[in-house]
Amino acid sequence: MSEKSLLLIDGIDVFHGSIQALWDVSLEVRHGEILALIGANASGKTTLLDAISGLLRPTKGGIEFQGRSIAGLDPYQIVELGITQVPEGRRVFPDVPVLENLIIGSYNQRARQKREESLERVYEHFPILRERRKQIAKTLSGGEQQMLAIGRGLMADPKLMLIDEMSLGLAPIVIDGLFKALREIRGRGITVLFVEQNVKRTLQEADRAYILETGQITLSGPSAELRGDDRVKIAYFGL
Amino acid sequence: MISGDILTPIVMGFLLGGLYALIALGLSLIFGVMRLINLAHGDLVILGSYLAYALVTILGQDPIVSLAASIPVMFVLGFGIQKYLMGRAFAVSAEAPLIIAFGVSLILQNANQIIWTPLSRGLTTSYSLASFYIGERQFPLSYLLNFVAGILVMVALREFLARTYLGRAITAASQDRRAAQLMGINTQRVYGYAFAIAMVSAAIAGVFLGMTFPFTPTSGVSSLTIAFGTVIIGGLGSLFGTFIGGITLGIVQTLAGHFFGSAAQMLVVYIVVLVILTVRPQGLWGR
Repeated sequence: MSEKSLLLIDGIDVFHGSIQALWDVSLEVRHGEILALIGANASGKTTLLDAISGLLRPTKGGIEFQGRSIAGLDPYQIVELGITQVPEGRRVFPDVPVLENLIIGSYNQRARQKREESLERVYEHFPILRERRKQIAKTLSGGEQQMLAIGRGLMADPKLMLIDEMSLGLAPIVIDGLFKALREIRGRGITVLFVEQNVKRTLQEADRAYILETGQITLSGPSAELRGDDRVKIAYFGL
Repeated sequence: MISGDILTPIVMGFLLGGLYALIALGLSLIFGVMRLINLAHGDLVILGSYLAYALVTILGQDPIVSLAASIPVMFVLGFGIQKYLMGRAFAVSAEAPLIIAFGVSLILQNANQIIWTPLSRGLTTSYSLASFYIGERQFPLSYLLNFVAGILVMVALREFLARTYLGRAITAASQDRRAAQLMGINTQRVYGYAFAIAMVSAAIAGVFLGMTFPFTPTSGVSSLTIAFGTVIIGGLGSLFGTFIGGITLGIVQTLAGHFFGSAAQMLVVYIVVLVILTVRPQGLWGR
């Protein structure tokens, strides 16, 4: 384990019921980086995020956050420690206003005291959310809901933010805005681990990346290296 | 009562609706948050009536004052039922809690039978037979108390859900459990509090029901039916819907009684419930 690592996953196996979804997965997230996890549908990306968030428990291996084992903790305890997940499909609370969604994000004890300060920061990243703060969440556009989901995650005052399939189904210009926000968020010292299917875009945005195929890590390294890797070119860019 | 006068039954039904909404509140809350149809809800309301009856007969307290003692008891009992019975049953399967709820219902009915005998009881007070007047028309004071209690509990619950972190957590867990967990909400604990709050509303409903109508150990069945009817008419997931449902049910019942006699009044209520279930299954105010 290096000095710089924030989260260290060491050889975990994870099952969905009786079906194994992850095999001996190891991964390191370093302080202050933007790290990507790339993989096709059903390759186990969401499973890995859920294992970090405590929604699923590894049957083998360990997960350490800031040098402390977190495998076996409940999801709310993991949020309290500073890991927030922005789930796939946004999953904003549909029937309450934007502002209420953001306030629920600051539920953990650490975040409550910083609520107003966090709220201002979220509005700085996504000014549209301030305009829409009284609007019922389900009436927002897909892009706005994604901004709300990320904003809600920021309200939890995270050290590490896990973002699942952020750009799915959104227009390129909206995706550009979201990636810009991710860079700003990292600029504030929050480490980002995001999951994507769009390999080309991901390798432009992330510092490093891991590639997950049918539940196993097959490749990893700095994005610049992976962009030049023949296996990546053949498998993902169709070259 | 003048036989051609339909204003009296409408006012009576309207006021009674506040009580019906109060009875239905806990059922609606538990379903909204946990997706559990709490078949024991009616018996828990009647447990509230018997607790008040005990405090009234032993301590000679006013039934409304006795709530100061019965509310904490019901709160703790509700939290315990969720934590030690329902929570564990949920881990087994989605159907298990339904069966547990049915079991709790049978236990409560029989325990009340043993402790209080099957005799009909009532919560009588110095103002039980008092009346108030609107113009020339005379109405029982207890109906007005029911309505005021219903409004107060609804407003209190609404404010609690909208303004406190725990209330927000209950709302969040009812809309998206997974997202709620990811926001750092301990959903098991939130379920415990939701059940406890539902029990507090049942305790209050039990007192006002007991002050208005006589009750027996098996009265929980009719309370549950009223709660179902209210929730079906009003629609789940909305406090305001529950309130509208209660008032609609109350007015339908008293008007039916007025036109067809008291023997037929509940029949008409059930027909209306069935029609609404067919035409508008999400309820008048449901999503």
